[in-house]
Amino acid sequence: MAYSYQLKRVDFIFKNENNWEKVLSTTIKKKPEDIINELISSELKGRGGAGFPTGLKWKLTSEAKAKNKYVICNADEGEPGTFKDREILSRVPYKVLTAMAVCGHVTGAKEGFIYLRGEYKFLEEELNKAIEEFHYYCKETNLDFKVKIFMGSGAYICGEETALMESMEGRRGEPRNKPPFPTQAGYMDGPTVINNVETLVHTFTIFEYGAKKFYDLGVQYSRGTKLFSVSGDTPKPGIYELELGMSLQDFVYEFGDGDTKAVQVGGASGFLVPRKKFNDTAIGYQGKLVGISLPTGGSMMLFNSSRSMFNVLDNYLEFFREESCGQCTPCRVGCQQLLLGIKAVKRGEKPASYLEKLLRLTETMQYTAKCGLGQSVANSFSSIVENFREEMIY
Amino acid sequence: MTKNINISINGYPVDVKKGKTILEAAEEQGVRIPTLCYHKDLCVAGNCRVCVVEVVGQKRLSAACATPCEDGMEILTNSLKVRNSRKHIIELLLSEHNADCTKCYRNGNCELQELASEYKIMTQDFLELAPMKSYTIDMFSPSIMKDDSKCIRCQRCVRTCSELQGVNALTVAYKGDKMKIATFFEKPMNDVVCTNCGQCVNHCPTGALVEKNYIEEVWEAISDPTKHVVVQTAPAVRVGLGEELGMKPGERVTGKMAAALKRLGFNSVLDTDFSADLTIVEEGNELLMRLKKALVDKDPDVKLPMATSCSPGWIKYIEHLYPEYLDNLSTCKSPQQMFGALAKTYYAKARNLDPENIVSVSIMPCTAKKFEANRPEMHDSGYRDVDYVLTTRELAILIKQAGLDFEKLAPAKFDRLMGESTGAGVIFGATGGVMEAALRTAYELVTGRDVPFDNLNILPVRGLEGVRKATIKIEKPLKEWSFLDGVELKCAVAHGLVNAKKVMDAVKAGEADFHFIEIMACPGGCLGGGGQPIPTNPEIRKKRTEAIYAEDGDLPLRKSHENPEIQKLYKDFLIEPLGEKSHHLLHTKYTKRKHY
Amino acid sequence: MLMDPVQSLIKGLADKYGRTRESLLPVMQGVVQQEKYLSEYSMVEIAREMDIPASDVYGTATFYSFLETQPAGKFIIRVCKTITCSMKGKNQILFSIQDMLKIKVGETTPDNRFTLLETNCLGWCHKAPAMLINDEVYTDLTPEKIREILSGYIKKSI
Repeated sequence: MAYSYQLKRVDFIFKNENNWEKVLSTTIKKKPEDIINELISSELKGRGGAGFPTGLKWKLTSEAKAKNKYVICNADEGEPGTFKDREILSRVPYKVLTAMAVCGHVTGAKEGFIYLRGEYKFLEEELNKAIEEFHYYCKETNLDFKVKIFMGSGAYICGEETALMESMEGRRGEPRNKPPFPTQAGYMDGPTVINNVETLVHTFTIFEYGAKKFYDLGVQYSRGTKLFSVSGDTPKPGIYELELGMSLQDFVYEFGDGDTKAVQVGGASGFLVPRKKFNDTAIGYQGKLVGISLPTGGSMMLFNSSRSMFNVLDNYLEFFREESCGQCTPCRVGCQQLLLGIKAVKRGEKPASYLEKLLRLTETMQYTAKCGLGQSVANSFSSIVENFREEMIY
Repeated sequence: MTKNINISINGYPVDVKKGKTILEAAEEQGVRIPTLCYHKDLCVAGNCRVCVVEVVGQKRLSAACATPCEDGMEILTNSLKVRNSRKHIIELLLSEHNADCTKCYRNGNCELQELASEYKIMTQDFLELAPMKSYTIDMFSPSIMKDDSKCIRCQRCVRTCSELQGVNALTVAYKGDKMKIATFFEKPMNDVVCTNCGQCVNHCPTGALVEKNYIEEVWEAISDPTKHVVVQTAPAVRVGLGEELGMKPGERVTGKMAAALKRLGFNSVLDTDFSADLTIVEEGNELLMRLKKALVDKDPDVKLPMATSCSPGWIKYIEHLYPEYLDNLSTCKSPQQMFGALAKTYYAKARNLDPENIVSVSIMPCTAKKFEANRPEMHDSGYRDVDYVLTTRELAILIKQAGLDFEKLAPAKFDRLMGESTGAGVIFGATGGVMEAALRTAYELVTGRDVPFDNLNILPVRGLEGVRKATIKIEKPLKEWSFLDGVELKCAVAHGLVNAKKVMDAVKAGEADFHFIEIMACPGGCLGGGGQPIPTNPEIRKKRTEAIYAEDGDLPLRKSHENPEIQKLYKDFLIEPLGEKSHHLLHTKYTKRKHY
Repeated sequence: MLMDPVQSLIKGLADKYGRTRESLLPVMQGVVQQEKYLSEYSMVEIAREMDIPASDVYGTATFYSFLETQPAGKFIIRVCKTITCSMKGKNQILFSIQDMLKIKVGETTPDNRFTLLETNCLGWCHKAPAMLINDEVYTDLTPEKIREILSGYIKKSI
């Protein structure tokens, strides 16, 4: 097993944050347009899984005309297999706060929120201490930006940006119709930047070192580094900051236990890649790469040959069935049909050909579901059923 | 100034105003996109996903009801991708639905059924989910039945109860596969703040919410030779009934309706409009008495503004949410209940009938009337005043079951003694009607002259805006009413409970210096009631409103106190308005109910 | 006006967080923190204090998994059942808890001390299996660790 140089480990994110005050004060002195251009040229894309260009998001919000604008840090990390945001918030919270303040400077927002999932309540106290210190610094430097924590209460769907804002407004976390997009009308109808925790920390790296340093890492369409949350059948579970664009084969060489059958890239909303496709798969965002490339929140779960792919799919569908908000037909009913469908096929109550009908259903869910949850069920369903058909039937 | 943008729909280029949704633009072009959760009365939800269309260049389909048109959009409403997706959506809805249509109350008038038929869903490949869930049917309310097994979770009922009515009896609860429409703590509907207005029933696309029907009971009564069945029909029924029987909205079918009722076998076909006139005489006098108490006697206990009390949905609303204002309500019963009390006393005596054998039926545009007839205090005749209440829809079912060709029926007249009415009675069916009728009578009582409006049409109180205000100055009154000289009588009219809240909040804040307010629970007034034909939407309400005022204009008598049968009633039976007999039979009390 | 403990709790929370709709979640969370669940009574009081329809309070509360609307014990155990924890022995963990406390998933011990529930990904996949007891997280679980952890909780006074 040779280690490939393509699997480059980097250490920007968790490097100590003691210089945050300096980074903040220097960046604030720049003009908003300059900061936006820096972010755009870095080609940083959202690290929560959707991959929207961050510079563009900040630009649209700063251009929107409204009295009240907001910055929200999406810390509702709930995608199975993802645990990087928790680490960021406990180890380098000041980087997050700095990034939020810079975003406020760029867009004109005076209020920032951290939507922290209920399962991470144990972080609240320490995070509040950091916020208090941060506020003290803001007061000293006349920076008009206040941050508050908003606690979630156990709903995966609140990680979806409009569902998150619904939750913050005191309602059920049901995603909204888009348009309007949060950059036009978000929290309390004000233009809002809502960024994943990791995205914000990357902007800090860019503010600290400049866009070029970030851009020079990674590959075309997938610049920079990403935190990967590695778990499952691996001797090295944990969080690793790696350059984007690596081949999955190299990843498995580094992190597999020698018997890796498949890797789930991007959590339950992502794709399952079987061993035979490791070489053809690169980890990054959409674009022309070697073979297929995958959008990702960075969750990497490894399965060895002892694992049943049926159980894996069953587990994902059970997850979606429970966590769906339930408002739109394709997701609410579709998830139930898919879960009960594969169980029926396994038990022999439905013929194997029923799987084809279910695959077509997932296509419809992809085209018609109201939000990313329903739209992404097709990813794991089709990748598992198509690559491990026998395990679904026998 | 909204500018126009260019789009194309199915290949045809078209100019639309910026800001219009794809659904609206398509409708203007005569292209109908099917919908389920969309309703003209309500805000856009975009959750059923039936109205998805393809926008060329985008991989995902867009919901037509929720997507605004953008310059250059090429929209395909019937591409293969759209058709296949829509078929799947309908199949999914059917899999979650108790699709035993032949046993369903909405068989033949169900939007899901129509879609399944349009797309020729002939097989169900998906698994049936409905049998796996243990659904219960809530039959506790006297007005509304809720069957979760037929719910497609479009949330129309929740939006109606919240936006249109401001009652918030229904909500969406849980998430995922457990998501459902529920009441607070899933209590039966008669145990929460539900006002029984039935707007949810009127907006439900399937048979999940239906009225409690009494069709079999009424047939049994009619077929019982020992029973004398009396029927009364509300003003709003005669402008809505046609829609259930193949006619266009806004057709006036008064004569045909009376003819049909006679053919159905009712022994006495009488008119709620008669007791509407009676209500005006009683209520008009009550208002004047309160004004006298306030302005002359300076009685601190008299409550103004006085509010109308003929809408039982409104009554339950104020009992729950503004119980401290119960004394502001007129003590007059609604026309239905006044009629009921008289039918088994005055009418029975005059026709030599044993009231024990009278079955009193009413045809109402309303589901709350079923609740009202059930109220424990409504027994002043010595028996239950109104035995059964049928909605307009139920009457149409009776007519169909009897095999009558409604359109061909020659018009008939109502029977005597309690069947005569004036224009003031029929306008009860529209919002503002009670106010107008009351003013026509009260003004003449006080001044001896007609109200100073052209042809007695008090236009300021008419219309469909949520809250309307009008002021009438009283000049040169008769001697006994001299204390009202120069007084500006301030009136307010509201329809839809969400507007009732506006008025009551103003009263609470002390900002409302009205003397008299009319509140109807349903948007449009009774003509838009929960028991009226489905669908009911803004255009249809407008047509029914025009029909009501046309009925009024065509009648020879336009003022309640001119009704000869009413005059006879007082001469022979009641003696005088607000007299002892009136108080016993025609006035009532109200009950404080819990707020939550 | 004399208020019972629930009423004064809710009034205090509303004073702290506000009485607009945006404050609903923090208020409900505050009630659950103390009372362990939202009873019908507390929901009516929240509705009253904040002028929100009771049905909306119920609908919003039932959406969130951590806002219990059924009575719950002092210590709510939430065992993660998502894929990695499932692979790493979640079932064994459940068995040990069920064995020790004599309750099944969804039930509460008779002395009202523990409620056992399952939950979805807690974000500790690299140290699976994991569980929460109230707000505390426990990872790298084994049956022995369970015995240790639960014994500690059993000794705590209620």
